[in-house]
Amino acid sequence: MQTGLEKVLEWFPRAVNVDLQTDATLQVDISDALSERDKVKFTVHTKSTLPNFKQNEFSVVRQHEEFIWLHDSFVENEEYAGFIIPPAPPRPDFDASREKLQKLGEGEGSMTKEEFTKMKQELEAEYLAIFKKTVAMHEVFLCRVAAHPVLRKDLNFHVFLEYNQDLSVRGKNKKEKLEDFFKNVVKSADGVIVAGVKDVDDFFEHEKTFLLEYHNRVKDASAKSDRMIRSHKSAADDINRIASTLYTLGTQDSTDMCKFFLKVSELFEKTRKIEARVAADEDLKLADLLKYYLRESQAAKDLLYRRGRALVDYENANKALDKARAKNKDVLQAETTQQVCCQKFEKISESAKQELIDFKTRRVAAFRKNLVELAELELKHAKKIRQNLYIGNLQLLQSCLAVLKGDT
Amino acid sequence: MTAWEPPDRPRSRLAYCCPEKMAEDREPPPLADAVQTDFREVEEGEDLFVSTVSTAEQLSPTSPEPASFPAEDISTNSNGPKQEILLDDDQEDLFAEATEEVSLDSPEREPILSDGPSPAITPVTPTVIITPRVDALFDRSLDEDEEAEENGDTFDMQITVSDPEKVGDGMNAYMAYKVTTKTSLSLFSRNEFSVKRRFSDFLGLHSKLASKYMHIGYIVPPAPEKSIVGMTKVKVGKEDLSSAEFVEKRRSALERYLMRTVNHPALVKDPDVIQFLENTELPRAVSTQALSGAGILRMVNKAADAVNKMTIKMNESDAWFEEKQQQFENLDIQLRKLHASVESLVCHRKELSVNTASFAKSAAMLGNSEDHTALSRALSQLAEVEEKIDQLHHEQAYADFYLFSELLGDYVRLITAVKGVFDQRMKTWSKWQDAQVMLQRKREAEAKLQYANKPDKLQQAKDEIKEEIEEWEAKVQQGERDFEQISKNIRREVERFEKQRVKDFKVVIIKYLESLVHTQQQLIKYWEAFLPEAKAIA
Repeated sequence: MQTGLEKVLEWFPRAVNVDLQTDATLQVDISDALSERDKVKFTVHTKSTLPNFKQNEFSVVRQHEEFIWLHDSFVENEEYAGFIIPPAPPRPDFDASREKLQKLGEGEGSMTKEEFTKMKQELEAEYLAIFKKTVAMHEVFLCRVAAHPVLRKDLNFHVFLEYNQDLSVRGKNKKEKLEDFFKNVVKSADGVIVAGVKDVDDFFEHEKTFLLEYHNRVKDASAKSDRMIRSHKSAADDINRIASTLYTLGTQDSTDMCKFFLKVSELFEKTRKIEARVAADEDLKLADLLKYYLRESQAAKDLLYRRGRALVDYENANKALDKARAKNKDVLQAETTQQVCCQKFEKISESAKQELIDFKTRRVAAFRKNLVELAELELKHAKKIRQNLYIGNLQLLQSCLAVLKGDT
Repeated sequence: MTAWEPPDRPRSRLAYCCPEKMAEDREPPPLADAVQTDFREVEEGEDLFVSTVSTAEQLSPTSPEPASFPAEDISTNSNGPKQEILLDDDQEDLFAEATEEVSLDSPEREPILSDGPSPAITPVTPTVIITPRVDALFDRSLDEDEEAEENGDTFDMQITVSDPEKVGDGMNAYMAYKVTTKTSLSLFSRNEFSVKRRFSDFLGLHSKLASKYMHIGYIVPPAPEKSIVGMTKVKVGKEDLSSAEFVEKRRSALERYLMRTVNHPALVKDPDVIQFLENTELPRAVSTQALSGAGILRMVNKAADAVNKMTIKMNESDAWFEEKQQQFENLDIQLRKLHASVESLVCHRKELSVNTASFAKSAAMLGNSEDHTALSRALSQLAEVEEKIDQLHHEQAYADFYLFSELLGDYVRLITAVKGVFDQRMKTWSKWQDAQVMLQRKREAEAKLQYANKPDKLQQAKDEIKEEIEEWEAKVQQGERDFEQISKNIRREVERFEKQRVKDFKVVIIKYLESLVHTQQQLIKYWEAFLPEAKAIA
C-alpha cells in the first residue's frame, strides 16, 4: 500500500508548498487505508519534534467524519476567521464503481470468459484509482493544516492526530443538517449584502471581483473536463469491446484473415490500455486540479466574506458610536464594541492579505506543475500509441506477405 | 506522404512501389509504401487463389483473380487497359472472364491525385461533409509488369456517385444523384458517361438482379437500406447538419453498391446494369415502394420462405456446404457485434469531440479571468490545444465511421445475401426432391393401371400416364441439373466472396490504422507545442 500511495500522492502540494518539505517539526501523512463496506479507515501517521506530543512518532485510525469534524471546528473558530481554511476532503464515493461492478456481475452470462475477466480487471483498477484519490485528498487536507503556521498548533488538530481512540464524532443528524441548511441560506444572503459593500482597500476590492469570477469559471471548467474525460473513457471501453470481438473473429475465421484479425485485436488492446491511461492521467492532472482549486477558491471567498462581515460590523459599530455620542448614552459600551470590531477587522485584514497572496502562489505553482506533467504524459502516451501502431502495421503487412508467399 | 489523409485535403490514391524500397530504412510513416507491397505480392502469388472448382474444368491460363480496378487516370504510365473478355465454352465458367492484367507501379510513380469530384460537395447542403474516400476497396493504381502480361486483361471500371440534388419539393421530393462511369470495357458504348438516378432506381436495379440471379446461386450485392426518417427530413427541406450527413452517407453507400455490383463478372454484363449506367431515362421502379403491390408480394414471399426454411430438412451430402453455412452463421454474429461496437465508438468519439470543444471554451474563459499573466497565457494556450484536439477527434470519428463502420455494415448485409443464396440451394434441392416424389407416384399409378379392370379406358389412361411419367422424368433430370448447377455456382461465388472479403477487410483495416497513426501524430505535434508554454509559467 505504501508504494502505491507514494506514487499517487506525488502530484500534490508537497512539492508545491516549500514549507511542507523542509519542516521536520511536524510531518503528517496517511500511511495506510482500508476500504470497508461503507467506510474507509485512514491510518494517520505523524512524526513530530514538537513538545506538545507524548511521542515523536505515532499513528491513529480516522474516518472521513472525523476529518469533517476537524474542518468544521476550524471554520467555527473565530480566531481563524482571517485564514483560508483548507477545504475539507470530499466524501469517499465508491457508489458509481460499485454499481458498475454489480452490473458486470449481472451481465456475466452474456459475455465470454475473457471479456468478463478483462472488464472485471478494468473495474477493479478503476476502484483502486478512486480509492487512491480519496486517500490523497484526505492527506492533502492534513498536510495543508500541518503547514499552516497557526492552524498546526490547534488543539483539536493535535487531538485528531494523537488521540488513539475513536473521537466519537457522529455524523450530523437530520435536525443538525436542517440547521446547517438554514445557516447556509442565511449566510449566502448575507454574503450578497456584504459583497455589495465597497471596500476602501484596492487589494481586497480586486480580490473580491477576481475570486468571484474565477470561482465560477473554475466550476465550469471542472464540470466540462469531467465530461470530456468520461467520453474518453467510454471510447476506450468501446475499443476494448472491438478488440475482444476481433479476437473472436480471429479464432473462428476460415480464411487467412485469422492471423490478421488476431494481430489487429492485439493492437487495439494495446491502444486501449494506453487510451485508458490517458483518460486516467487527464483525470488526475487536470480534473482533480480544477476540483481542488474549486474548493480552495471557495475557501478564499469564505475568507473574504468573513472580512466583509467584520467590515460591516465595524462600520455599524462606528455609526452606533457616533449615535451614542450624539445622544450621550451608553457611550462606553459603544466604544468598547467599536474597538472590538476594529481589532477584529484589522486582524482579519492583515492575515487575509497574506493568505490571499499565498493562495495565488500555491495556485500558480500547482497549475504549472500539473500542466507540465499533463503535457508530458500526453506526449508520452501518444508516442507510445504511435509506436505500437507502427510496429503493429508493419507486422500486419509482413504477415500478409508471408501468407501470400505461402509461409503460413 | 501518408496514404490516409485528413479529409480536407484531396485524396491521394495508394501508390505502389517495388519491394526493394520496402527494405530501405524508412522514416515514419513507412505505411504508405508498406501497404503497397502487399498488393504487389498478390499478383505474383497467383497459385494461392486457384479455385477448388476450377480444377475440374479447363481453366484459362490466368488465375481467377477477383476483378480489381486501376485508378481513374489510366492515361499515365500504364500500358493502357487492354481488355478482352474471354468467353469460355462453358457458359457458366464466369471466372474465366474475370481475369485482368494486374501490374505494378514503377518506383518513380507519384501517388495519383484523385481526379474524381471531391466528395460530397452538394448544391443542396450548406455544410460540406468530407468523407474519406473508400475507393481503396475498388481501385488500384496498378501498372503493368512484363511478367504479368500473360495474365490477360484489365478489368477497368470506375463508378462515382456525386452531386446529390433535391428535385421537387414537399413529400414528393426526391434526391437525384449523378452516376458517372469511366470504363474501357466494350460492353459500353462510350468510355465516359453519366446519368441521373434516384434512390428507387437503385433499389429497382437490385430487385431485378436478385430475381434473375439469386436463384441460380449468384451473390447479388444488396442495395443500401431505405430510411424513412432520413428521407423525410430531406424532403421537408431541413438543411441542417444531420440531413447533410444522411445524404453523404447514402451517396457513399450507393457508390459502394454500384462498384460491388459491377465487380461481379456476370452482373456487369447484365443488360439491366448496362441500361442503368448508360440510359438517360429509366422507367420508374415503383415496385420498390414498400406499400405497392409488388412490395406486399415481396413481404408475403419472405414470410413463405421463412416457413419453408424451417420445414425443409435437407440431406446434406456435401460437407463443404454444411461447414460453410456454419462459418457464415458465426461470421454474421461476430460482424454484427463488431459493427455495434464500432458504431458505439463513433458515437462516443463524436461526443468526445463536442465535450473537448466545450472544455476548450471553458479553459479559455478561465485563462481570461486568471490574474497571473504567465498562467493566464498558458491556460489560453491549453484552450487552443484542446480546440485543435476536438477537431482531431471529429475527423477521427468520421474515419471510424466511413472506413470501419460502413464496411462492417456492408458485410453484414452481404452475408445476408450469401445466406439467401444457400437458402436458394435448399429450395432447388427441395424442388428436385418433390419432382422425384411426383415421378415415383406417377410410376406407381402406372403400375396400378396394369392391374385395372376397365379395358376401354385403359389404353387412354396408359398413354396419359406415360406422358406424365416422361414429363416428370424430365423435371427430375432438370431438378438434378439445377441443383448441381447452383451448387457449383455457389462454390465459386463463395470462393470469390471470401477472396474479396479478405481483401476488403485488410485494405480498410490498414487504412483505418493509418488514420489512427495520423491522429497520434497530430496529438504529439500539439502537445509538443504546448509543453514549453506550460514550462514558461513563472
